[in-house]
Amino acid sequence: MTKEQLTELESSALRVREHIIRMSGRGGCFIGASLSCADLIVYLYKIFLNISKETLNDPNRDYFFLSKGHDVPALYGTYVELGWLEEERLKNHLKTNDFIYWHPNKNIPGIEFHSGSLGHNLSVAMGVAYDCYLRRQKNKVVVVVGDGELNEGSMWEAMLVASAYKLDNLLIVVDRNQFQANMQTEDLIPLEPLDKKLEAFGLKTETVDGHNFEAMEKVFLKFPFEKEKVSVVIANTIRGKGLPSIERRADRWFVNFNEEEVEQLLKELHGQTIAKITSETITAR
Amino acid sequence: MTYEEILLELINKDDRFIVMTSENRAAMRNITSKIKNNFIDTGITEQTMIGMAVGLSLHGRTPIVHALATFLTMRAFEFIRTDVGIANLPVKIVGAVPGFLSDGNGPTHQAIEDVSIMRGIPNVNVFCPADEDDMLKGLTKIFTSSSPFYIRYNNTKPVVEHNEFEIGKAEVWGDGKDVAILVYGFLFREAFKAKEILESKGVSIRLINIRTPKPIDEETILKAVDECKLLVTVEDHFITGGLFSILAEVLLRNRKTANVLPFALMDKWFKPGLLNDVLEYEGFTAEKITEKTMKQLALSI
Repeated sequence: MTKEQLTELESSALRVREHIIRMSGRGGCFIGASLSCADLIVYLYKIFLNISKETLNDPNRDYFFLSKGHDVPALYGTYVELGWLEEERLKNHLKTNDFIYWHPNKNIPGIEFHSGSLGHNLSVAMGVAYDCYLRRQKNKVVVVVGDGELNEGSMWEAMLVASAYKLDNLLIVVDRNQFQANMQTEDLIPLEPLDKKLEAFGLKTETVDGHNFEAMEKVFLKFPFEKEKVSVVIANTIRGKGLPSIERRADRWFVNFNEEEVEQLLKELHGQTIAKITSETITAR
Repeated sequence: MTYEEILLELINKDDRFIVMTSENRAAMRNITSKIKNNFIDTGITEQTMIGMAVGLSLHGRTPIVHALATFLTMRAFEFIRTDVGIANLPVKIVGAVPGFLSDGNGPTHQAIEDVSIMRGIPNVNVFCPADEDDMLKGLTKIFTSSSPFYIRYNNTKPVVEHNEFEIGKAEVWGDGKDVAILVYGFLFREAFKAKEILESKGVSIRLINIRTPKPIDEETILKAVDECKLLVTVEDHFITGGLFSILAEVLLRNRKTANVLPFALMDKWFKPGLLNDVLEYEGFTAEKITEKTMKQLALSI
């Protein structure tokens, strides 16, 4: 990775975080989880995935699925940076005249399929991956899943089947931010040792710092990690990454900030201040 | 032609079709080696099968998925609703041994709410063929339609030769004005026999084979409402959400009422056993239908 590429990725990711923060006002969003996978999504779209505005419907494009749909502000923020979505449209968040709400909608260019209900998009991605195999196409199929999402039985069921069908064109990226909605994963339904569990299911794992672009590049370039095996990247991340007043806070799951708080958080993102947050946190989403 | 031959013919003509099963191979056992590249068995995983079917259809395929009706429509319900229904994808969902056809399996295997829950999903249509002939006559149109469909698989021996099939059109036998018997699925056999017995007793009957509870043939039903003294609904389904409910909805939508005698499972699972014994025990034989219809007709005049 060149120095220019790195600078470009870092500045894109910073702007994506600004978009996420702005979407956390006016009705709120799942800010913590969106911030944890922002770097991953920026990296995947800017470097890893073979897809552009011109090839959004090309049969040879790579496919991306966001199975943990509540992180969609990170995705839409990335689409703005890619020039697929006008920045102005983000202001339509939660307005009924557009399709921008708390989970992905296929009417937004780039979205392959909707999500929101956890445990669905892995098997959907497998259907696409298997058909690419049947048609001898070389597309990569990437699906980002949550660590909390791994509570769902359908994820493990799907992994068994994906292994049986040797889908080595499929890449699962686990946003391992250590939290599920209101709790730390290890305090509620422990996942560790996650890599061993996944390997026991026949998948090939690599672990990486999900906020370090150079480290990501080294790992993702190895894809497929092993012939005839599904690849998994366990990306260690921090929920709320970039905002110390939100980072690793179980109670900053879903937040609806007022305008003043949004401005303070934008300053906090740029290291200028620590935001004073008084808005009541809504955890019951 | 058989079900398997129809699948083979479709695939040979059009590579778009993919046959899937979550390890229930009864309906395609003899053709799996001939359709290797168009066949996927996901193992006992109804949810994953539906998810994969959705991915395949996003990639331009038309998946025809198979499993036992209960597990397919209920274990995987949310996948059907959320992935097939919301996206309105042409996934064809074939449920095996629906209704009374699960005979000796017991309540775990009794799909007697499947019509209700499948028709409740926007965009998802429902086909309940009377027997093998009826099913085969409908399949090609249903598989090639752009809509998601739930199909109550029924390969029982036909008692009649059915008419040509059209989605959303019921098949009408006779034009009697005393009683209209409305039926879908396997119980057509009993309803048809009941029609013959009732006619031998001088009661005039029209028998309406609903075929697709969704889209429903409202016109044929309303004609029967206007012309007949009594309407009888016959279904191997809970009373809630099936044909009786559909009739009630049609009546209310059109500000009408009628004398209606329902044969359905009244908020209970049925006693498992050999199919004919089950019909006897639960009161769904042609003779039972005849007897109750005669009584109700006397009250309705």
